[in-house]
Amino acid sequence: MNSFFPTTIGATVLALLASMGASAVQADQKLLPAQSEITFVSKQMGVPVDGRFKKFDAQIAFDPSKPQSGKIAFTIDIASVTLGSPEPDAELPKTPWFNTAKFPQATFQSSSIKGLGGGKFEVSGKLAIKGNTQDAVIPVTLVQAGPSTTASGVFTIKRLSYKIGENEWADTAMVSDDVQVKFKLVLTGVAKF
Amino acid sequence: MITAPASRRYHGFAIAMHWILAIALVTIFILGHYMADLPFSPHRLKLYSWHKWAGVTILILSAVRLAWRLTHRPPALPQAVTLAMSGWQTQAYHATHIVMYALFFIVPLIGWSYSSAAGFPIVLFGVLPLPDFVAADKALADLIKPLHGLTANALGALVLLHVGAALKHHFIDKDGLLDRMRPGRS
Repeated sequence: MNSFFPTTIGATVLALLASMGASAVQADQKLLPAQSEITFVSKQMGVPVDGRFKKFDAQIAFDPSKPQSGKIAFTIDIASVTLGSPEPDAELPKTPWFNTAKFPQATFQSSSIKGLGGGKFEVSGKLAIKGNTQDAVIPVTLVQAGPSTTASGVFTIKRLSYKIGENEWADTAMVSDDVQVKFKLVLTGVAKF
Repeated sequence: MITAPASRRYHGFAIAMHWILAIALVTIFILGHYMADLPFSPHRLKLYSWHKWAGVTILILSAVRLAWRLTHRPPALPQAVTLAMSGWQTQAYHATHIVMYALFFIVPLIGWSYSSAAGFPIVLFGVLPLPDFVAADKALADLIKPLHGLTANALGALVLLHVGAALKHHFIDKDGLLDRMRPGRS
Protein backbone atom coordinates (compact mmCIF):
# COMPACT_ATOMS: atom_id res chain seq x y z
CA MET A 1 0.00 0.00 0.00
CA ASN A 2 2.82 2.42 0.81
CA SER A 3 4.40 2.14 -2.58
CA PHE A 4 1.06 2.10 -4.35
CA PHE A 5 0.20 5.79 -4.13
CA PRO A 6 3.45 7.28 -5.45
CA THR A 7 3.49 4.72 -8.26
CA THR A 8 -0.14 5.40 -9.20
CA ILE A 9 0.25 9.16 -8.96
CA GLY A 10 3.50 8.97 -10.84
CA ALA A 11 1.93 6.84 -13.52
CA THR A 12 -1.06 9.16 -13.78
CA VAL A 13 1.17 12.24 -14.08
CA LEU A 14 3.30 10.51 -16.66
CA ALA A 15 0.21 9.48 -18.61
CA LEU A 16 -1.12 13.04 -18.50
CA LEU A 17 2.18 14.47 -19.66
CA ALA A 18 2.40 11.87 -22.41
CA SER A 19 -1.12 12.65 -23.64
CA MET A 20 -0.38 16.36 -23.71
CA GLY A 21 2.70 15.80 -25.78
CA ALA A 22 0.94 13.37 -28.10
CA SER A 23 -2.00 15.67 -29.02
CA ALA A 24 -1.46 17.32 -32.41
CA VAL A 25 -1.97 20.95 -31.41
CA GLN A 26 -2.51 22.52 -28.02
CA ALA A 27 -5.16 25.13 -28.60
CA ASP A 28 -3.45 27.99 -26.82
CA GLN A 29 -5.23 30.54 -28.98
CA LYS A 30 -8.95 30.57 -29.68
CA LEU A 31 -10.75 31.20 -32.93
CA LEU A 32 -13.87 33.38 -32.83
CA PRO A 33 -15.89 31.74 -35.63
CA ALA A 34 -18.70 34.28 -35.55
CA GLN A 35 -16.33 37.05 -36.62
CA SER A 36 -14.29 34.95 -39.01
CA GLU A 37 -14.86 33.96 -42.59
CA ILE A 38 -13.50 31.63 -45.23
CA THR A 39 -14.60 32.56 -48.74
CA PHE A 40 -13.54 31.64 -52.24
CA VAL A 41 -13.95 32.79 -55.83
CA SER A 42 -13.92 30.71 -58.96
CA LYS A 43 -14.62 31.78 -62.52
CA GLN A 44 -17.44 30.29 -64.51
CA MET A 45 -17.00 31.15 -68.19
CA GLY A 46 -15.30 34.35 -67.06
CA VAL A 47 -17.93 35.23 -64.47
CA PRO A 48 -16.61 35.38 -60.88
CA VAL A 49 -18.70 33.21 -58.58
CA ASP A 50 -18.36 33.78 -54.83
CA GLY A 51 -18.70 31.06 -52.25
CA ARG A 52 -18.13 30.60 -48.55
CA PHE A 53 -17.85 27.96 -45.86
CA LYS A 54 -20.10 28.84 -42.97
CA LYS A 55 -18.72 26.33 -40.44
CA PHE A 56 -15.09 25.79 -39.60
CA ASP A 57 -12.76 25.58 -36.61
CA ALA A 58 -9.08 26.08 -35.95
CA GLN A 59 -6.60 24.77 -33.40
CA ILE A 60 -3.74 27.18 -33.03
CA ALA A 61 -0.62 27.14 -30.85
CA PHE A 62 1.33 30.12 -32.04
CA ASP A 63 3.77 32.68 -30.66
CA PRO A 64 4.48 35.48 -33.17
CA SER A 65 7.99 35.98 -31.75
CA LYS A 66 8.76 32.26 -32.23
CA PRO A 67 6.79 31.36 -35.35
CA GLN A 68 8.90 28.34 -36.26
CA SER A 69 7.72 26.43 -33.21
CA GLY A 70 4.04 27.16 -33.81
CA LYS A 71 1.39 24.80 -35.04
CA ILE A 72 -1.79 25.58 -36.91
CA ALA A 73 -4.56 23.21 -37.85
CA PHE A 74 -8.03 23.86 -39.12
CA THR A 75 -11.03 21.84 -40.14
CA ILE A 76 -13.79 22.97 -42.47
CA ASP A 77 -17.31 21.55 -42.42
CA ILE A 78 -17.81 20.85 -46.13
CA ALA A 79 -21.58 20.64 -45.81
CA SER A 80 -21.56 24.33 -44.83
CA VAL A 81 -20.43 25.42 -48.30
CA THR A 82 -22.68 27.76 -50.24
CA LEU A 83 -22.46 29.63 -53.55
CA GLY A 84 -25.44 31.76 -52.57
CA SER A 85 -27.67 30.12 -55.15
CA PRO A 86 -29.90 27.09 -54.56
CA GLU A 87 -29.22 25.22 -57.80
CA PRO A 88 -25.43 25.08 -57.65
CA ASP A 89 -25.67 24.50 -53.87
CA ALA A 90 -27.70 21.35 -54.55
CA GLU A 91 -24.90 20.10 -56.83
CA LEU A 92 -21.96 20.64 -54.47
CA PRO A 93 -22.55 17.69 -52.09
CA LYS A 94 -22.72 15.25 -55.00
CA THR A 95 -19.95 12.84 -55.95
CA PRO A 96 -18.45 14.82 -58.87
CA TRP A 97 -18.05 17.83 -56.53
CA PHE A 98 -17.29 17.55 -52.83
CA ASN A 99 -18.84 14.11 -52.23
CA THR A 100 -19.77 15.51 -48.85
CA ALA A 101 -21.25 12.31 -47.42
CA LYS A 102 -17.92 10.51 -47.84
CA PHE A 103 -15.63 13.45 -47.08
CA PRO A 104 -17.44 15.70 -44.61
CA GLN A 105 -14.37 17.70 -43.65
CA ALA A 106 -11.45 19.46 -45.26
CA THR A 107 -8.37 19.81 -43.07
CA PHE A 108 -5.14 21.73 -42.97
CA GLN A 109 -2.12 20.79 -40.84
CA SER A 110 0.89 23.08 -40.75
CA SER A 111 4.36 21.63 -41.01
CA SER A 112 6.33 24.85 -40.72
CA ILE A 113 5.75 28.52 -40.11
CA LYS A 114 8.17 31.18 -41.30
CA GLY A 115 8.16 34.75 -40.00
CA LEU A 116 8.66 37.34 -42.77
CA GLY A 117 8.60 40.39 -40.50
CA GLY A 118 6.00 43.09 -40.11
CA GLY A 119 3.26 40.71 -39.03
CA LYS A 120 3.62 38.62 -42.18
CA PHE A 121 4.05 34.87 -42.02
CA GLU A 122 4.24 31.95 -44.41
CA VAL A 123 2.50 28.79 -43.25
CA SER A 124 3.43 25.60 -45.09
CA GLY A 125 1.48 22.44 -44.62
CA LYS A 126 -0.84 19.87 -46.06
CA LEU A 127 -4.35 20.66 -47.25
CA ALA A 128 -6.71 17.71 -47.56
CA ILE A 129 -10.01 17.99 -49.42
CA LYS A 130 -12.18 15.11 -50.65
CA GLY A 131 -9.55 12.63 -49.55
CA ASN A 132 -6.87 14.28 -51.67
CA THR A 133 -3.87 15.91 -50.00
CA GLN A 134 -1.74 18.64 -51.52
CA ASP A 135 1.06 20.80 -50.18
CA ALA A 136 -0.06 24.35 -49.56
CA VAL A 137 1.87 27.48 -48.70
CA ILE A 138 -0.45 30.02 -47.17
CA PRO A 139 0.58 33.65 -46.66
CA VAL A 140 -0.84 35.10 -43.43
CA THR A 141 -0.87 38.68 -42.21
CA LEU A 142 -1.57 39.32 -38.55
CA VAL A 143 -3.10 42.55 -37.34
CA GLN A 144 -3.68 43.09 -33.65
CA ALA A 145 -6.37 45.32 -32.15
CA GLY A 146 -6.88 45.09 -28.38
CA PRO A 147 -7.30 41.51 -27.23
CA SER A 148 -7.98 40.09 -30.69
CA THR A 149 -5.72 39.31 -33.60
CA THR A 150 -6.97 39.02 -37.16
CA ALA A 151 -5.16 36.57 -39.39
CA SER A 152 -5.95 37.14 -43.05
CA GLY A 153 -4.63 36.04 -46.39
CA VAL A 154 -5.35 34.91 -49.91
CA PHE A 155 -4.08 31.83 -51.69
CA THR A 156 -4.98 29.91 -54.82
CA ILE A 157 -5.71 26.23 -55.09
CA LYS A 158 -6.21 24.11 -58.19
CA ARG A 159 -9.59 22.44 -57.77
CA LEU A 160 -8.76 19.56 -60.12
CA SER A 161 -5.82 18.49 -57.94
CA TYR A 162 -8.42 17.75 -55.25
CA LYS A 163 -10.80 16.24 -57.83
CA ILE A 164 -13.38 18.92 -57.08
CA GLY A 165 -15.63 19.01 -60.14
CA GLU A 166 -15.06 15.74 -61.97
CA ASN A 167 -16.24 14.24 -65.27
CA GLU A 168 -18.44 16.72 -67.13
CA TRP A 169 -17.46 19.41 -64.61
CA ALA A 170 -13.70 18.96 -65.17
CA ASP A 171 -13.74 21.34 -68.14
CA THR A 172 -11.77 24.36 -66.93
CA ALA A 173 -13.27 26.59 -69.61
CA MET A 174 -16.59 26.04 -67.82
CA VAL A 175 -15.30 26.35 -64.24
CA SER A 176 -11.75 27.60 -63.79
CA ASP A 177 -9.15 25.32 -62.22
CA ASP A 178 -7.85 28.21 -60.12
CA VAL A 179 -9.94 28.90 -57.05
CA GLN A 180 -8.91 31.86 -54.94
CA VAL A 181 -9.42 31.23 -51.23
CA LYS A 182 -9.66 34.20 -48.87
CA PHE A 183 -9.73 33.92 -45.11
CA LYS A 184 -10.15 36.27 -42.19
CA LEU A 185 -9.80 34.53 -38.84
CA VAL A 186 -10.26 36.46 -35.63
CA LEU A 187 -8.25 34.99 -32.74
CA THR A 188 -7.82 35.69 -29.06
CA GLY A 189 -4.83 34.84 -26.91
CA VAL A 190 -2.12 35.70 -29.42
CA ALA A 191 0.90 37.29 -27.73
CA LYS A 192 1.57 40.89 -28.61
CA PHE A 193 4.21 41.58 -31.23
CA MET B 1 -31.99 66.06 -89.22
CA ILE B 2 -34.19 63.58 -91.05
CA THR B 3 -33.34 62.72 -94.63
CA ALA B 4 -36.25 62.36 -97.04
CA PRO B 5 -36.70 58.86 -98.55
CA ALA B 6 -35.60 58.56 -102.14
CA SER B 7 -37.53 55.36 -102.92
CA ARG B 8 -40.52 53.31 -101.92
CA ARG B 9 -38.17 50.87 -100.12
CA TYR B 10 -36.40 51.08 -96.80
CA HIS B 11 -32.69 51.91 -96.95
CA GLY B 12 -30.43 48.87 -97.32
CA PHE B 13 -29.06 49.38 -93.82
CA ALA B 14 -32.54 49.36 -92.28
CA ILE B 15 -33.44 46.23 -94.23
CA ALA B 16 -30.24 44.48 -93.10
CA MET B 17 -30.84 45.42 -89.46
CA HIS B 18 -34.45 44.26 -89.66
CA TRP B 19 -33.59 40.77 -90.92
CA ILE B 20 -30.45 40.30 -88.82
CA LEU B 21 -32.34 41.23 -85.66
CA ALA B 22 -35.43 39.25 -86.70
CA ILE B 23 -33.33 36.06 -86.96
CA ALA B 24 -31.42 36.92 -83.77
CA LEU B 25 -34.61 37.57 -81.80
CA VAL B 26 -36.37 34.39 -82.91
CA THR B 27 -33.25 32.36 -82.12
CA ILE B 28 -32.68 33.88 -78.68
CA PHE B 29 -36.37 33.47 -77.83
CA ILE B 30 -36.29 29.74 -78.62
CA LEU B 31 -32.94 29.38 -76.80
CA GLY B 32 -34.33 31.13 -73.73
CA HIS B 33 -37.37 28.88 -73.47
CA TYR B 34 -35.36 25.72 -74.18
CA MET B 35 -32.57 26.41 -71.70
CA ALA B 36 -34.85 27.39 -68.83
CA ASP B 37 -36.33 23.89 -68.74
CA LEU B 38 -33.00 22.06 -68.62
CA PRO B 39 -31.66 20.44 -65.43
CA PHE B 40 -28.61 22.11 -63.91
CA SER B 41 -25.50 21.03 -65.83
CA PRO B 42 -22.41 22.46 -67.56
CA HIS B 43 -24.42 22.37 -70.81
CA ARG B 44 -27.12 24.56 -69.32
CA LEU B 45 -24.57 27.00 -67.91
CA LYS B 46 -23.04 27.29 -71.38
CA LEU B 47 -26.43 28.01 -72.99
CA TYR B 48 -27.22 30.61 -70.31
CA SER B 49 -23.91 32.37 -71.07
CA TRP B 50 -24.57 32.33 -74.81
CA HIS B 51 -28.09 33.65 -74.20
CA LYS B 52 -26.74 36.57 -72.15
CA TRP B 53 -24.04 37.38 -74.72
CA ALA B 54 -26.62 37.26 -77.52
CA GLY B 55 -28.99 39.45 -75.48
CA VAL B 56 -26.37 42.16 -74.90
CA THR B 57 -25.37 42.04 -78.56
CA ILE B 58 -29.03 42.44 -79.60
CA LEU B 59 -29.36 45.36 -77.17
CA ILE B 60 -26.38 47.12 -78.78
CA LEU B 61 -27.61 46.42 -82.33
CA SER B 62 -31.08 47.66 -81.37
CA ALA B 63 -29.56 50.93 -80.17
CA VAL B 64 -27.77 51.34 -83.50
CA ARG B 65 -30.97 50.47 -85.34
CA LEU B 66 -33.02 52.96 -83.30
CA ALA B 67 -30.46 55.70 -83.91
CA TRP B 68 -30.77 55.03 -87.64
CA ARG B 69 -34.57 54.98 -87.50
CA LEU B 70 -34.72 58.30 -85.69
CA THR B 71 -32.53 59.95 -88.30
CA HIS B 72 -33.87 58.32 -91.46
CA ARG B 73 -37.56 58.59 -92.35
CA PRO B 74 -38.95 55.31 -93.66
CA PRO B 75 -40.60 55.26 -97.09
CA ALA B 76 -44.21 56.51 -97.05
CA LEU B 77 -46.81 53.76 -97.22
CA PRO B 78 -48.16 53.19 -100.74
CA GLN B 79 -51.29 55.28 -101.31
CA ALA B 80 -53.39 52.19 -102.01
CA VAL B 81 -52.48 50.86 -98.59
CA THR B 82 -53.21 54.04 -96.66
CA LEU B 83 -56.56 54.37 -98.41
CA ALA B 84 -57.46 50.79 -97.51
CA MET B 85 -56.41 51.11 -93.84
CA SER B 86 -59.09 52.16 -91.39
CA GLY B 87 -58.33 54.35 -88.35
CA TRP B 88 -57.75 51.54 -85.87
CA GLN B 89 -55.55 49.67 -88.32
CA THR B 90 -53.34 52.72 -88.77
CA GLN B 91 -53.10 53.11 -85.01
CA ALA B 92 -52.34 49.42 -84.55
CA TYR B 93 -49.63 49.72 -87.20
CA HIS B 94 -47.89 52.55 -85.35
CA ALA B 95 -48.49 51.15 -81.87
CA THR B 96 -47.14 47.68 -82.71
CA HIS B 97 -43.90 49.07 -84.06
CA ILE B 98 -43.43 51.51 -81.19
CA VAL B 99 -44.06 48.85 -78.54
CA MET B 100 -41.79 46.40 -80.35
CA TYR B 101 -38.98 48.95 -80.34
CA ALA B 102 -39.57 49.57 -76.63
CA LEU B 103 -39.43 45.82 -75.91
CA PHE B 104 -36.18 45.47 -77.92
CA PHE B 105 -34.65 47.40 -75.00
CA ILE B 106 -36.86 46.42 -72.07
CA VAL B 107 -36.43 42.65 -72.49
CA PRO B 108 -32.60 42.52 -72.51
CA LEU B 109 -32.31 45.23 -69.84
CA ILE B 110 -34.55 43.22 -67.51
CA GLY B 111 -32.57 40.08 -68.29
CA TRP B 112 -29.30 41.88 -67.54
CA SER B 113 -30.72 43.24 -64.28
CA TYR B 114 -31.96 39.81 -63.26
CA SER B 115 -28.51 38.34 -63.83
CA SER B 116 -26.93 41.08 -61.70
CA ALA B 117 -29.51 40.77 -58.94
CA ALA B 118 -29.01 37.00 -58.86
CA GLY B 119 -25.29 37.62 -58.23
CA PHE B 120 -24.01 36.67 -61.69
CA PRO B 121 -22.45 39.66 -63.44
CA ILE B 122 -22.32 39.38 -67.22
CA VAL B 123 -18.86 38.90 -68.71
CA LEU B 124 -19.38 39.48 -72.43
CA PHE B 125 -17.96 36.62 -74.51
CA GLY B 126 -16.23 35.48 -71.32
CA VAL B 127 -13.73 38.34 -71.45
CA LEU B 128 -15.39 41.74 -71.00
CA PRO B 129 -16.99 42.30 -67.59
CA LEU B 130 -20.11 44.45 -67.93
CA PRO B 131 -21.34 46.73 -65.13
CA ASP B 132 -24.12 45.67 -62.77
CA PHE B 133 -26.64 48.43 -62.58
CA VAL B 134 -28.37 46.69 -59.72
CA ALA B 135 -26.58 45.10 -56.77
CA ALA B 136 -26.80 41.40 -56.00
CA ASP B 137 -30.00 41.14 -53.96
CA LYS B 138 -32.02 37.98 -53.61
CA ALA B 139 -35.33 39.74 -52.96
CA LEU B 140 -34.83 41.91 -56.04
CA ALA B 141 -33.87 38.88 -58.11
CA ASP B 142 -37.06 37.08 -57.09
CA LEU B 143 -39.06 40.16 -58.06
CA ILE B 144 -37.41 40.57 -61.48
CA LYS B 145 -37.26 36.90 -62.41
CA PRO B 146 -40.71 36.46 -63.97
CA LEU B 147 -40.56 39.83 -65.78
CA HIS B 148 -37.90 38.81 -68.29
CA GLY B 149 -39.97 35.88 -69.52
CA LEU B 150 -43.19 37.91 -69.43
CA THR B 151 -41.84 40.78 -71.53
CA ALA B 152 -40.09 38.36 -73.88
CA ASN B 153 -43.38 36.55 -74.42
CA ALA B 154 -45.11 39.90 -75.01
CA LEU B 155 -42.55 40.69 -77.69
CA GLY B 156 -43.08 37.21 -79.11
CA ALA B 157 -46.80 37.86 -79.34
CA LEU B 158 -46.20 41.17 -81.12
CA VAL B 159 -43.81 39.47 -83.53
CA LEU B 160 -46.57 36.98 -84.39
CA LEU B 161 -48.98 39.87 -84.93
CA HIS B 162 -46.40 41.68 -87.06
CA VAL B 163 -45.69 38.60 -89.19
CA GLY B 164 -49.41 37.83 -89.43
CA ALA B 165 -50.14 41.34 -90.66
CA ALA B 166 -47.32 41.16 -93.21
CA LEU B 167 -48.61 37.86 -94.56
CA LYS B 168 -52.14 39.26 -94.68
CA HIS B 169 -50.95 42.12 -96.87
CA HIS B 170 -49.05 39.75 -99.11
CA PHE B 171 -51.58 36.92 -99.54
CA ILE B 172 -54.94 38.56 -98.89
CA ASP B 173 -54.57 42.23 -99.83
CA LYS B 174 -51.95 41.48 -102.49
CA ASP B 175 -50.88 45.13 -102.21
CA GLY B 176 -47.10 44.64 -102.61
CA LEU B 177 -46.53 46.22 -99.21
CA LEU B 178 -43.76 43.78 -98.30
CA ASP B 179 -41.64 45.01 -101.18
CA ARG B 180 -40.33 47.81 -98.96
CA MET B 181 -38.61 45.38 -96.60
CA ARG B 182 -37.68 42.62 -99.03
CA PRO B 183 -34.00 41.70 -98.75
CA GLY B 184 -31.88 42.48 -101.78
CA ARG B 185 -31.17 45.52 -103.89
CA SER B 186 -34.02 47.89 -104.82
